[in-house]
Parts: sequence; structure tokens; C-alpha cells
Amino acid sequence: MNDRLSTRFAKCRAEGRAALITFVTAGDPTPGDTAAILDALVAGGADIIELGMPFTDPMADGQAIQLANLRSLGAGTKTADILAIATAFRQRHPETPLILMGYANPMVRRGGEWFATAARNAGVDGVICVDIPPEEDGELGPALRNAGLHLVRLATPTTDDARLPTVLNGASGFLYYVSVAGITGKQQAQQASIENAVGKLKAATDIPIAVGFGIRTPEQAAAIGRVADGVVVGSAIIDIVGTHGNQSAAYVTDYVASLRAALTVKEPVT
Amino acid sequence: MTQHAPLANSFRAQPDENGHFGQFGGRYVAETLMPLVLDLDRHYRAAMADPKFHEEFDWLMKHYVGRPSPLYYAERLTETLRESAPEGKGAQVWFKRDELNHTGAHKINNCIGQILLAKRMGKTRIIAETGAGQHGVATATVAARFGLPCVIYMGARDIERQQPNVFRMKLLGAEVVAVQSGARTLKDAMNEALRDWVANVHDTFYIIGTAAGPHPYPELVREFQSVIGREAREQIQELAGRLPDLLIAAIGGGSNAIGLFHPFLDDPDVAMLGIEAAGHGIESGEHAASLAGGTPGILHGNKTFLLQDEDGQIAEAHSISAGLDYPGIGPEHSWLKDIGRVQYESVTDKEALEGFQLLCRTEGIIPALEPSHAIAAVARKAREMDRDQIIIANLCGRGDKDIFTVAEALGVDI
Repeated sequence: MNDRLSTRFAKCRAEGRAALITFVTAGDPTPGDTAAILDALVAGGADIIELGMPFTDPMADGQAIQLANLRSLGAGTKTADILAIATAFRQRHPETPLILMGYANPMVRRGGEWFATAARNAGVDGVICVDIPPEEDGELGPALRNAGLHLVRLATPTTDDARLPTVLNGASGFLYYVSVAGITGKQQAQQASIENAVGKLKAATDIPIAVGFGIRTPEQAAAIGRVADGVVVGSAIIDIVGTHGNQSAAYVTDYVASLRAALTVKEPVT
Repeated sequence: MTQHAPLANSFRAQPDENGHFGQFGGRYVAETLMPLVLDLDRHYRAAMADPKFHEEFDWLMKHYVGRPSPLYYAERLTETLRESAPEGKGAQVWFKRDELNHTGAHKINNCIGQILLAKRMGKTRIIAETGAGQHGVATATVAARFGLPCVIYMGARDIERQQPNVFRMKLLGAEVVAVQSGARTLKDAMNEALRDWVANVHDTFYIIGTAAGPHPYPELVREFQSVIGREAREQIQELAGRLPDLLIAAIGGGSNAIGLFHPFLDDPDVAMLGIEAAGHGIESGEHAASLAGGTPGILHGNKTFLLQDEDGQIAEAHSISAGLDYPGIGPEHSWLKDIGRVQYESVTDKEALEGFQLLCRTEGIIPALEPSHAIAAVARKAREMDRDQIIIANLCGRGDKDIFTVAEALGVDI
């Protein structure tokens, strides 16, 4: 299994901070604009990139990411474009982990094996699939593992103690804790409930825990970074792209840098 | 194997414990919803094992919905079709009259069952999606009857073309939310209902309107709609002294069809025909026939035949009938097609309009546009079958809601 992800989490841990994980939708506003936006994320200090695969029916997403999906598909983004974006990113950024994130149907359309092989050949490190729960792992999980890719699983406030082992069985790379029972881009959960949840997850697994959903400000990122191994920011970046379109890069870099600076001031682990 | 693995060699043994009908079905939902879907499954099994649940369901079916619905021999339609049939041909046409149910369609059968489940689970808020508004009206009806607040998600475009049903839902106390995303039709309404559900899992029950979605929905909707087929099976034996030769039903998601078909699946001499909406014609690309023009994929919690492009992006469906205007189909139909137990054909907008008028004029019954597709197929099949053969078609909804659409299609200004 490739280990850009574990290498990066180890590096962050050594620096005494949480990893900054940033999400953008591939092809938003057009396929040709994504490379500059990905470079802007890296320039701002993103540790790990989640590249969203647009889908016509993003059931788990709020307005910001729904609109990003529509912009991307409206610009004609194809699966082949997304793989080409990933391939080019890997050439420019050999060390930065890249995760494809999206919904099942575009991933399994040509078969799980095809997708896993294509993603690996594009230099992708892992996959997050919103609507393939552990119960349907056979759809994609075995193919990804055979190709040496991480399958990042999600835990949520509704994942209770009895269910958690099911979620962790087959999880790798990191565990994505969805801190809000809801859709992306809405309000953030209470810090206390996040701390409680992350504590339980850490007791149950050794893989890194990243927390996402509703994180927008450097202060929020810093607070969560004090307890989690990774902090995921998505809708806030998508909003910038929605506003500035193909002129987004500089704004994205500034915003991501503000998040990264907030994470960096964490006191080193002793 | 499972607690509900019955007879070997039965077509009625699906799904398996994970909700799979062969390769179809399953539970493709976000992790937030998984515990809830598993919980629903437990409550559903407990309800099925509880005589009190069946007692209450049956009581409401009889006294509130008005069941059993009649099984009606359509003599004039039969005779009319025989006039243009070859010598000795022209099967007897019977209709299962589910359009006579309270609220005017089969949708209420399922809504009664699901709201009783919601009550058992202690849920205090109801949500649903709707296309034509029939399921929305049925859901608003049971929510009013049981005193629960209710939010109906409906595509903004469907709201424009189905104003009477929107007003009905409001009269019944429901909040109707106009969905502006995507093509602003049924598929988008379902996305929005799922977004509501994921954010309100603690108190909300989602009443899905057709035999689709994550397990156990396809199974439980089938169970509640199977009252149609169980009644029809008894009625035809009582009235004609034997089982029918052919069952015909229209298919959007496929709940009225599976409800009619399922109790007959193990009767080897009963053929079945599901009718998809061909819109402007399969070859035009503007249709809602997922089986005829689609490929297997994953949407709205289940794996099934979908209208989609080569990248797995979901295509827009088209049908004159808003209730059939959906790019997927219930997973059990995908399986029944795969194994060949049920045949599936399609009927265009134009043929459905002819079927609509044929029934109006020969039987004095104004059907909804959804079963008008089945009626067009009845006309096609009856002429090929012998006179002593029996067809039962499901008249799953009445046409009051569709008169404006039909008038427009016929070029009449009302």
C-alpha cells in the first residue's frame, strides 16, 4: 500500500499539529481551472487534498457543494477529466496525498476494478465514497485494496459503540468523523461533543481521526486541531470558488494559509 | 440463512437479509442514515410479527381507505377490443379498482403501513417526496389522520404542473417545499427529502412513496402494496373460478405493479407484464423507461436500472405522467426482469393518451395517466389472446388530477 497519507500524518504529528485536509470539486468552475486551484491549496499549506467527483445527485451535500457540482457538470466535466487532473497533480506534487471523494454511481459505473486501477494509475492515494457503507463494501472496497488504495470510512454522531467496529473493519488511511448529523456546509457541532466523539474513536482505532463538516474559521480549525489528527474544510473553499471562479487561486491560498497558521500554533506534543 | 428465508425455488423469497434482490437493491446510504435504516428494519420485522400491527393496518384499510377495492370485469372494453381482434381473439379484461381508494390511488396503502411504523418507532415528524403529488397527498392525509407534522418535498417544475394536488396537501396541513435544485422534478425532490432526513434523524420518519430506496423500503412498500394482489387473487378465483392468464401494471418506481404481481409470482401459469413510460419514444431519448433504456447503477439508496450516461451521471426522465417521470425503478423489478419472471414493455405518451380516452368512453372511468399506460398495453395484448383468457390490469389511480394535462395534450383549452 502506498503511504503518502501515513507519511503526511506522521510529519504533522512530528510538527505537533493536526493535518489540514481541504476539499474542492473537480472541474469547478471548469476542468481547466482545477489545476490552479489545487496548486493554491498546496501553496496555502494544505496537507491532504480531497478532490470531489461531481455527481448529478449529491444527496449528502448542502447548497455550496450542490452548486459546485452543477457548475462542474455544466462545464462538461467527465470522469476522464478528473483522472487527468489527478495525474497532472501527481506530477507537480509528488508528496501531497490526493483523495477522490464522491458518490458511488460515478465510481462504479465501469466497475470497481476499473475505477480502482484508473485511480491508482492517476496517482490517487485513497477514496471516500459517501454512499457505500460497510454493508456494501464489496462494491468497491476489495478492488481498492487490491490496487493499494486506502478506503477512507466515515463515522458520524449516529454511529454508536455497537456499530463502530463495523465501520472500522476495512477502514484505512484515516477515519473521517462527520461531526454533524446533516449535510455539508451547515452549522458546526459543539466543541464538547466533538471532543467526546474523537476520544471514543481514538480509543477504538490507531488510524488517524480527521474531523469535518461545518468548519469555516481558523478558530474552529484550531480548536478541533487540538483534539483531532486532521481538520477537513470544504464548503468554505467551495464558496470562494463560487464567488471568484477562475480568479480564485489567490483567495484560496490566503484562506488556506489562515487555517494552516491557526493549526501551526498548536503546542508541540511532549 | 436468514430469519425470512422461506421456500426453496420461490420467486417470493427475496430480498436476502441485506436487502439484495440478486445483484440489485441493498443499502447505499450515507453512514449517518445507516443506523436508522437498520433500526427501521428491526421495527419492521417486529411489526410484521405482531398481530396487533396487522389488525390495525387491516382495520384502517377497510374503514378508512375503503378496501377491498372491487375487481371489475370491463365488459364493454372487452367487447370493443374484440371488434378489432382476429377471429376468436380478445381476452377478458378485468380491472383492480385501486383508483376508488381514499385519496384516489394505491399510494395510500403504503402510507398507512409506514405511518403505523413511524408511530411504533416513536417518530414525531413525517417527510416525503412527491412527483405528481399523489404520494404527497396520501402522506399528508395519513399525517393529518395521525396528528403528525408533515413536510412534502416537490420539484418546483412539478408544483407548476400539479397545482390542485399542491393545494390539497396544504389543506391537509402539510408544508410543501418547492425544490429548486437539478431539473426540479421527482428525483430532485427525493434528494432534498434525503437531506432533510439526514439532518433530522432523531425525530423524523421518511415515508418513501415507491418500492425503492435503501433496504428495507423496497420490501416493506411491497408488503403494504401486496394487499392489491392478495385481494385480486381471491376475487378472481371467486368471480371467474380460476387464476388470471396475464397481469398488467404501469411502472414508475413500480409499487402498484409489485403489489399486484408479488402474490402471484409463484403461480407458474400467470404471466406478468410491467409497462414503463416511453415518453416520446425510447429511440428519442426522452422517456422514463429505466429497464428498456437504462443500465444498472446506484441511486437513492439502491442498486437498480437507471437512466444514466457513460460516466454514471443520472439523466432526466420524461413522461406525460408526472408519476412515472423518474430515471430509476424499484430494485425487485430489475431482478424480475433479469431472471425473466416478469416481462417489461413500454408505452408512449401518445399511446397512453389513447388508452386514457378508450377507458373513458367504453367504461365511464377516467383513469390517471399512470394506469393509462397499462390500459394501452391491455389493448395491445387482449387482441392477441384467446377469448377465454383473463387479463387483470391495475387501475392504480383516478384521472381527476390529470384533466388539465390531458386537455393540453389534446389541444383543448379549458
